[in-house]
Amino acid sequence: MPGLGTTYGRGGATASPKALLNSDAILIMGSNMAENHPVGFQWVMEAKENGTQVLHVDPRFSRTSAVANIWVPLRAGSDILFLGGLIHYILENELFFREYVLHYTNASVIIPEDFKDTEELEGVFSGWNAETKKYDERTWLYEGVEPKADGQSSDAGNGGHGQHGVGAAPDLNKYHQDLTLQHPRCVFQLLKKHFARYTPEMVEKYCGVSKDAFLHAAKTYCTASGPEKTGAICYALGWTQHSSGVQMIRCAAILQLLLGNMGRPGGGILALRGHASIQGSTDVPTLFDILPGYLNMPKFGGESETLANYIAKNGAKTGWWYNYDKYIVSLLKAYYGEAAQPENDFGFHWLPRVTGDHSHQAYWLDMVDGKMDGLFVMGQNPAVAGPNSGMERRGLGKLKWLVVREMVETETASFWYASPEVTRGELRTEDIGTEVFLLPAAGHAEKDGTFTNTQRLLQWRQKAVDPPGDARSENHFIYHLGVLLREKAKRDPRPRNAGLLALTWDYTIEGKLKEPVAEEVLQEMNGYTVADKRLVPGFAALKADGSTVCGCWIYSGVFPEPGRNRANERHSTDFHGHGWGFAWPADRRIIYNRASARPDGAPWSERKKLVWWDAASKKWTGNDVPDFTATKAPDYQPPADAVGDAALAGDKPFILHPDGFGWIWVPVGLADGPLPSHYEPLESPIRNPMYPKQQSNPADERRTRPGNEYATSPDNQFPFVLTTYRLTEHHTAGGMSRTLSHLAELQPDPFCEISPEMAAELSIIPGEWVTVVTARGAIEVHALVTPRIKTLKIDGKTVYQVGIPFHWGYNGLVKGDSANDLVAISEEPNVHIMETKGLLCNIYRGKRAANAAAIRELQSRRN
Amino acid sequence: MALTAFLTDATLCIGCKACEVACKEWNEVPEDGYVWSGNSYDNTTALGASTWRHVMFLEQHKTAGPQISDMQDPFRWVFLSDVCKHCANSGCLEACPTGAIVRTEFGGVYTQPDVCNGCGYCVVSCPFGVIDKRHPDGRAFKCTFCYDRQKAGLKPACATACPTESIQFGPLDELRVRGKERVEELKHRGYDDARVYDPQETSVGGIHAFFVILGEPEAYNLPPAPQVPTIHLKSAWTSALVFSLFIAAVLCGAFAF
Repeated sequence: MPGLGTTYGRGGATASPKALLNSDAILIMGSNMAENHPVGFQWVMEAKENGTQVLHVDPRFSRTSAVANIWVPLRAGSDILFLGGLIHYILENELFFREYVLHYTNASVIIPEDFKDTEELEGVFSGWNAETKKYDERTWLYEGVEPKADGQSSDAGNGGHGQHGVGAAPDLNKYHQDLTLQHPRCVFQLLKKHFARYTPEMVEKYCGVSKDAFLHAAKTYCTASGPEKTGAICYALGWTQHSSGVQMIRCAAILQLLLGNMGRPGGGILALRGHASIQGSTDVPTLFDILPGYLNMPKFGGESETLANYIAKNGAKTGWWYNYDKYIVSLLKAYYGEAAQPENDFGFHWLPRVTGDHSHQAYWLDMVDGKMDGLFVMGQNPAVAGPNSGMERRGLGKLKWLVVREMVETETASFWYASPEVTRGELRTEDIGTEVFLLPAAGHAEKDGTFTNTQRLLQWRQKAVDPPGDARSENHFIYHLGVLLREKAKRDPRPRNAGLLALTWDYTIEGKLKEPVAEEVLQEMNGYTVADKRLVPGFAALKADGSTVCGCWIYSGVFPEPGRNRANERHSTDFHGHGWGFAWPADRRIIYNRASARPDGAPWSERKKLVWWDAASKKWTGNDVPDFTATKAPDYQPPADAVGDAALAGDKPFILHPDGFGWIWVPVGLADGPLPSHYEPLESPIRNPMYPKQQSNPADERRTRPGNEYATSPDNQFPFVLTTYRLTEHHTAGGMSRTLSHLAELQPDPFCEISPEMAAELSIIPGEWVTVVTARGAIEVHALVTPRIKTLKIDGKTVYQVGIPFHWGYNGLVKGDSANDLVAISEEPNVHIMETKGLLCNIYRGKRAANAAAIRELQSRRN
Repeated sequence: MALTAFLTDATLCIGCKACEVACKEWNEVPEDGYVWSGNSYDNTTALGASTWRHVMFLEQHKTAGPQISDMQDPFRWVFLSDVCKHCANSGCLEACPTGAIVRTEFGGVYTQPDVCNGCGYCVVSCPFGVIDKRHPDGRAFKCTFCYDRQKAGLKPACATACPTESIQFGPLDELRVRGKERVEELKHRGYDDARVYDPQETSVGGIHAFFVILGEPEAYNLPPAPQVPTIHLKSAWTSALVFSLFIAAVLCGAFAF
């Protein structure tokens, strides 16, 4: 979540869906909230009933648009142009919340002279290295700030999930400011220049939004600002899954800073999470480049040679990340226990090193190339959900072994006999050497544990029944697998096994199923003292000397004392839900909430008060846990030599950042620029109107190879825009919905949504089968012809958009082709996610051909 | 026991179909066929023996009103969760020859599968086309108004699952008032064609499931003036009598000669 992480400091939704009740306007973009988050959407409906304006900006008229006050259609992938248009509108009409912007953002900070904008360099920022396709971000730093002493600017040019604005430049707190915002090189003026060409006219011409509709939406949203009003933005994978997805989110983050909508009731950005614990799976990550609590995974090489180097590299002198050493040492103590001692850097050398891009897309291509022996698949169905899933299925066939833990036999487990590649005769079962193990997994009601939901809320869930037959929980599987591996390692004295043998692997086992006690895992995440195993009350108690253990510092406080599992508490005492579950960090429900008060500590207004400075008790107080040092006065000025949080003044709400500012300008941490620029998707029907010399994101990774090819932009073989998405009725790759009759019957077949004009032009009869083709593959789907899909005019030309939900596969009660067969394995430069939301395709009447040669013929056919 | 009712509000529905699924889960209703209809997002298509809540998806062109989302091309997508109306004068109940269909203390119309003999008279007697025979089982099924849940003091499963309070459940009199107030409020907000669907002046004598809708009821497959077939009994029996007298006269005449 580097879009939010770099702008504000933390990669998580900043408020809760319920908090939307306090919004004066809600902008939903890059999300189909009503369909994919229907339970959370109840608060949007209630807010709307109370008079809140709900705006939906989306290529499709979806169930969200149906109940929004305003729907604005736009061309898939033109989001930055639209959002840049909003930023332009705010700056042009002086609608920004001046006092907020002045004090709480880095708008006033001066940027050095040698910085060059994309406006000057025709689509790239200064520091671009065309050979390595990476930025050197030295010129993005604040004026007067030197890069780190080791000479390298940072590796933040590589992006990554752990990017939260530290690492490269410990002295970011030594900025120069111009509080009049007039200095030509202050962030505010650079922002103005950068977005000067993102005019309503450009939006109309290239997003396909009428100027009137754009201005109406802009006016409606941008007036939800100032002391008396707030607006919130909700997004989901409609932004994330683009080749410039992080920068789309950055646009929203900048908007919210300009409007003063961060850290305030009814403000914020909700990164809507589509599964029960997706937030949890980045907090305690299943990602290759971070450790629990957004600590960076050590990279191979000198910077991680010693723990001290690693901390110097990733920690910060000022701001909250000054405590980096406490969190990493406590984590190492959790991993290695007694074996972790100061003398051996707390076992730091046992942690694996990142040697490159090990994201899903990257290792899957390694698999295709036969470089991987085995794979565990848990809670995922890549044979349907993976980009270019045809290629992913072929990759599975190159493995020696594959373990799938699931409640049902998914397509990933059955690829070797049921995949289209096999049924079409491209692969033969007898030629596939992969040994497949399908292990039964327990469902969520059959195991204890927590979910961390969209609003960073940890909620404990108790086992209702034992799992059936041989099904077991993930805890059980991983714990007992670990026991077996350690047994094996004991007989093998090679040094590579030292880390495995040093692990603390001593959870209590209970019951006839021999389940590890889940509460013990949560207690380990909460942290405790080594000496007397006393649970710590929160992360403030963690130490860097090895005297504390903590498995995930941001979760610290969830289990503050024996018998008190706060994730399991269900006694909400107020509007924000304190007393119900535990929101990280420290049960703060709206983060950065120091910004809900004026610089002097008083609420911006009575209507929008949340936390404020109580001069009598000399403490921050209010309706939420202050996201601020409780006793730091608003007028506090740090002494010159102060470090850590004490180095930030009393009016700096973004405490994770070394300068305490919300970052309109991101000086470190992003792979594709300090400000968002509009680039076209990897496949686009037009040339980039903003930067003709830079068609797509310069730092994109296309992974072009046979079988993973791209259309040109534009391409008369693939003239239509394609976007993929989910429906309420199904769950992602369908393993939990196409297998249940009551859900499967609601949307039994795959379909594409096209406009009546497009159907007429291609003589497509509503409901008939059509074949959708991209440079990667072809699938057959029904044609659902509907006025909900708009035909757009882009630069005077007609552009048709095609939408396809991606839930189907070759197993289950209802079957069908997978839309992800059409998607390329590509990587957004910061988080390595594929682009599924803006592609190019063609459509032919009739079912798809049954063999590969015929599909290739289709792909090469011209319209 | 107080009479209860559903008030289902199309202006609050987000089309998630949680009501359909919750109903089937609670009442153990089997699937109703895996058939893609091509009719918007509605693949359940109608109420029937195995579909007791049915969410409609109406794609409508429209010329004015605040619910319109696109300024250039006015258009709206309306969702409504349909259900058995539990009529005060219930066609199915009156037609049932075995006594399988009974009236509950909540005012609902309840079918007892263990008494039903599958004759199907109820199917043709429902003015709303709700009740139907399940194949190959042969017996007739429809919404039970979650009689078991109501007995236990719970709301019906659909109303419980609805995330946006589009399906409200409560005392009949109260909800009837709430429906009227809701329409007033909607009109005040500019929804000119908002109305309550609650035919009371017809022979069904009022229903226990009324709706807040936009536009004409026909668009929702709701008959503007539903009638219980038994109102035709008198004329039917009269004509039968006249006809039998005529036959008798003819026969008498035949034997007279």
